[in-house]
Amino acid sequence: MSTASITSTGPALKLPEKHYVNATYGIRSWLLTTDHKRIALLYLASVTFFFFIGGFFAMMIRLHLLTPNGYMLSADTYNRMFTMHGVTMIFFFLIPSIPAVLGNFLIPLMVGAKDLAFPKINLLSWYIYIIGGCFTLYSMITGGLDTGWTFYTPLSTVYSNSAVAPAVVGVFITGFSSILTGLNFLVTVHTMRAPGMTWFRLPLFVWAHYATSVVMILGTPVIAITLALAAMERVFGLGFFNPAMGGDPILFQHLFWFYSHPAVYIMILPAMGVISEIIPTFARKKLFGYHFVAAASLAIAVIGFVVWAHHMFVTGQSTYAALAFSFLTFLVAIPSAVKVFNWTATLFGGSISFDTPMLYAFGFLGLFLVGGLTGLFLGTLGIDIHVHDTYFVVAHFHYIMVGGAVMGYLGGMHFWWPKITGRMYPEWIARIAALILFVGFNLTFFPQFVLGYLGMPRRYHVYPPEFQVYNVMSTAGASILAVGYLLPMIYLTWAAFYGKVAGPNPWPATGLEWRTPSPPPTENFEVTPVVTWEPYDFHHRPDLGLEGGAPQGPAVAPAHGDD
Amino acid sequence: MHRTGALYGQFKTLEQQKDTATLGMWIFLVTEVMFFGGIMLAYAINRHTYFPAFAMGSNTLSLFLGGTNTVVLLASSFTMAMGVWSAQVGKKQLLTIFLSLTLVLGFVFLGIKYVEYAQKFHHHLVPGRNFDITYCVNNPARCDDLSPSELEVEREELAKALNADPALNSHAQLYYSAYFGMTGLHALHMIVGAGLLLWLLKESLAGRFDAQYNNPVDIIGLYWHFVDIVWIYLFPLLYLIDRHK
Amino acid sequence: MSDPVRRRKEHIRAVQSLLPFYPESASNFAPKVDAVFLFVLTTCLFFAVLVTLLIIYAAYRYRRTSPGEVGSTGEGNMILEIGWTVIPLFISLGMFAWGAIVYVNYRTDPTDTLNIYVVGKQWMWKLQQPNGKREINELHIPVNRNVKLIMGSEDVIHDFYVPAFRAKMDVVPGRYNTMWFRPTKIGKYHFFCSQYCGTNHAEMGGWVTVMDPSEYSAWLSDEAGNVDPTSAGEKLFTQLACVTCHLGNGTGRAPSLNGVYAGKVLLADGSIVTADDAYIRESILQPKAKIVAGYQPVMPTFQGLVTEEQILNLTAYIKSLQSQPVPAKGAGIAPATTGKK
Repeated sequence: MSTASITSTGPALKLPEKHYVNATYGIRSWLLTTDHKRIALLYLASVTFFFFIGGFFAMMIRLHLLTPNGYMLSADTYNRMFTMHGVTMIFFFLIPSIPAVLGNFLIPLMVGAKDLAFPKINLLSWYIYIIGGCFTLYSMITGGLDTGWTFYTPLSTVYSNSAVAPAVVGVFITGFSSILTGLNFLVTVHTMRAPGMTWFRLPLFVWAHYATSVVMILGTPVIAITLALAAMERVFGLGFFNPAMGGDPILFQHLFWFYSHPAVYIMILPAMGVISEIIPTFARKKLFGYHFVAAASLAIAVIGFVVWAHHMFVTGQSTYAALAFSFLTFLVAIPSAVKVFNWTATLFGGSISFDTPMLYAFGFLGLFLVGGLTGLFLGTLGIDIHVHDTYFVVAHFHYIMVGGAVMGYLGGMHFWWPKITGRMYPEWIARIAALILFVGFNLTFFPQFVLGYLGMPRRYHVYPPEFQVYNVMSTAGASILAVGYLLPMIYLTWAAFYGKVAGPNPWPATGLEWRTPSPPPTENFEVTPVVTWEPYDFHHRPDLGLEGGAPQGPAVAPAHGDD
Repeated sequence: MHRTGALYGQFKTLEQQKDTATLGMWIFLVTEVMFFGGIMLAYAINRHTYFPAFAMGSNTLSLFLGGTNTVVLLASSFTMAMGVWSAQVGKKQLLTIFLSLTLVLGFVFLGIKYVEYAQKFHHHLVPGRNFDITYCVNNPARCDDLSPSELEVEREELAKALNADPALNSHAQLYYSAYFGMTGLHALHMIVGAGLLLWLLKESLAGRFDAQYNNPVDIIGLYWHFVDIVWIYLFPLLYLIDRHK
Repeated sequence: MSDPVRRRKEHIRAVQSLLPFYPESASNFAPKVDAVFLFVLTTCLFFAVLVTLLIIYAAYRYRRTSPGEVGSTGEGNMILEIGWTVIPLFISLGMFAWGAIVYVNYRTDPTDTLNIYVVGKQWMWKLQQPNGKREINELHIPVNRNVKLIMGSEDVIHDFYVPAFRAKMDVVPGRYNTMWFRPTKIGKYHFFCSQYCGTNHAEMGGWVTVMDPSEYSAWLSDEAGNVDPTSAGEKLFTQLACVTCHLGNGTGRAPSLNGVYAGKVLLADGSIVTADDAYIRESILQPKAKIVAGYQPVMPTFQGLVTEEQILNLTAYIKSLQSQPVPAKGAGIAPATTGKK
């Protein structure tokens, strides 16, 4: 690991005297903060809490599936386990995780602003998330939810005997947290960039969040109204989705998936943004094809809106519709492939180190490759007939969401932990944890591809005995995965208080966020930066203290007071 | 972030603050379009599938009340626009007057909406257990707010609709689900708008807005106009299906 | 076959039975689906291995050799970008086309099919052969004949899935969905419900038995297993002592069931429900759920004491009571009202 950094001369580094964490004290200063960095930490605490809850449900599922005859849980309890695992992980962990924690913390720093465009709305969005979470927790406590996270009607609106209404209301409310975050990011990127920070000098993390925000603001309102209608159907007996009253359950599916498919891009685009920051940093080389990667993020966001009915190929919808959606599904895969190729090409000619964030990036590349390619299987109509609603689908989306999004999240947490806390995490334990995660993950989910093709349907609390061997493999992997998740939670927490002081730019990396102390002061920059360099340019940045590139004028504008 | 005067700490100039707030409001309105769009889609599909029931439902609405509400809202958009102009030219008193007018018109709308909703409750037209599209035709004494000629029209329409669709009652419930869903959502937005106007009024009375600083008036005006436009869509969609009398 | 070949085949089968990779192929679609799957698999595997090897190679070849080292300036390459956009596009189109061909074939029901009516309900399948013979959670069909399933649901969305046939279709309430296949191998194959439908979703499966055509005809015309549901229901009605409370003349402890089927029932809480199949089933299994107005909640539950088939037979018998004279007092029937759903 490089020892060079902007303030590297002299003896051991020290934390800055005043920074955003110790600027003010007391619980009110945190709960009523408008500092985007503190709000990011509030989100970190809450998404971690929900990750534990979702993880507990996952543990229940995998333990129960060790035997084919359902020895551990009753059918109803198991059904509640997988439903609440899905609802918690998707709405309360995956969708907020990178945007609300890393995006909130970093985007103002990366564009050179003092805060987001609407700091109070940022705080409001956290409170909305908490309130939505409370409703959903209430649903869990009063008997749980057993409809599947997809809430298909009329099961959810008429037949289910579980706490559907509070859960639906909880998810509805939390959607507004997402909308406000997206709105904040979009406006910030448009109006709050520092002088010289042109669109094509923006880090790709910002581009990725811009694209994510477009999806958030266009898609989330649709799930909101859909859930509102479903809740009213359940509570007041309206009939849009109930065939007994002339309604159409397939209409629900169309409205539901119109958001929920773009939602998966909300989950993966930010992770891709993280990878686009990590790879150039640890290969010390400009990202290959910056413009193409930026364009690909936008393309994914846009095309992602017109593929939703690939979740509905066997509903009996028209063959023409199925053909159209399958075709579009293949189109949406192309920009993701382009990104993978560009990340790979960045490595060639680089100077690669294997710090933990880079290990997570490699893990992401491998697992996203498998996850993304298996999406092609599902988009192929002839194959989907056989594997729809089987464990093949379960394996596919876990490869993307866990192998992709969570790896991106953890990689980002490690990469920016020194900036957030001012201290480094312990490198060797971190690398081991990353490897444990990678092994555990593959053992958990690869057998599920086979299970799916063999015909094991998903959401089954009992299964034919011939499927047991793969299920046991999967559970064994899950226990390893659990260790891989617990380790970072422990050592990152430890490192926040006792880790080695990192200094402003330990890696070093080229983004604006690394040109301010670690942890940053409340107003982010003492002097508004003026950007005169291209992104990921290791050759014209003498301030990084690396070999390569003659200095070409001052990289930082001379201080002349805060303009 | 602390404020210095009207300038919030995260901004460098008032111009940047204005651009940011305006862009924020426009993006928010886009999300509202998607929100209303969902229920409008559900409405459109069900209207296509169950046209006789939707036509029947539409015929039970009062054109007079709906039309009045449309005029009221259009007028309120006019007064709101005049308010924005007043702020921009620094006429503080005029601003207060126009804001008050807009608020009053908003309350008139909500009042008329209340009357319509109450009528629906009395006529057993709320989706749920005792929904009955034939209630007024079969019990004219109970629906004394309808004139005999209105009842006659309703009787004819009902006969025609039942002929076209024997399961009229349950499909008509879908129409009323759409009616209450869409107008209810709209009314909720009106109430929020009224709250925003009250705040604007308070600030305006304190003399806070002038030719240099009036962006809040502008962007709340945008919101108000949006809510008005939603009604312009709702009115023909709900009130004007297959009307010939 | 020779000894070593036979032993090798047995060994493969043994390994496969421990760690199987694909189900049996027993329909006309199975080889088609497997073929397109293999195409997509090999193509994806090729690119996955290629990219992985490239990454591993680059990680080794360009690993950092000194602490301050930086990578090359590296700009980008338009040709590469276009290349790796266009080539995957064409490959994807190939995958799309092949998959589409299989799918269109699957969604185009032939005209010469043996039609089976299927009803899915929580949590069982009712299947009816063309001659009226009924099965529950079982489907007998002849080999090498085009079979079409015409499917409806009584409650929520289900899905009929036969892995060995590579065939699956949702069963949606409020509409009929059809699916077809041609079984090509005699044997017994699992079918599953493959759309989450509530508590016993995982237990809502059964067996498809593909038979030799002559055996199938024999099975079809065999009346032994095929009891007239109405008379079977009537026998059960006496056997289970329903008749002691549900007197036809309305003087019993329980409402008369004459004319009740498909009519409106007035409940104790003032609500009115329709006495359809679901209501009758619920009344048998959870009698306290809906108490008829004017009656005490004294009916015992028959949960665990009657099978689904027996419930069907009882329902058939109660249906047949529609034409019986309704007593003036003592039926549960709701007074006539206007325009209810």
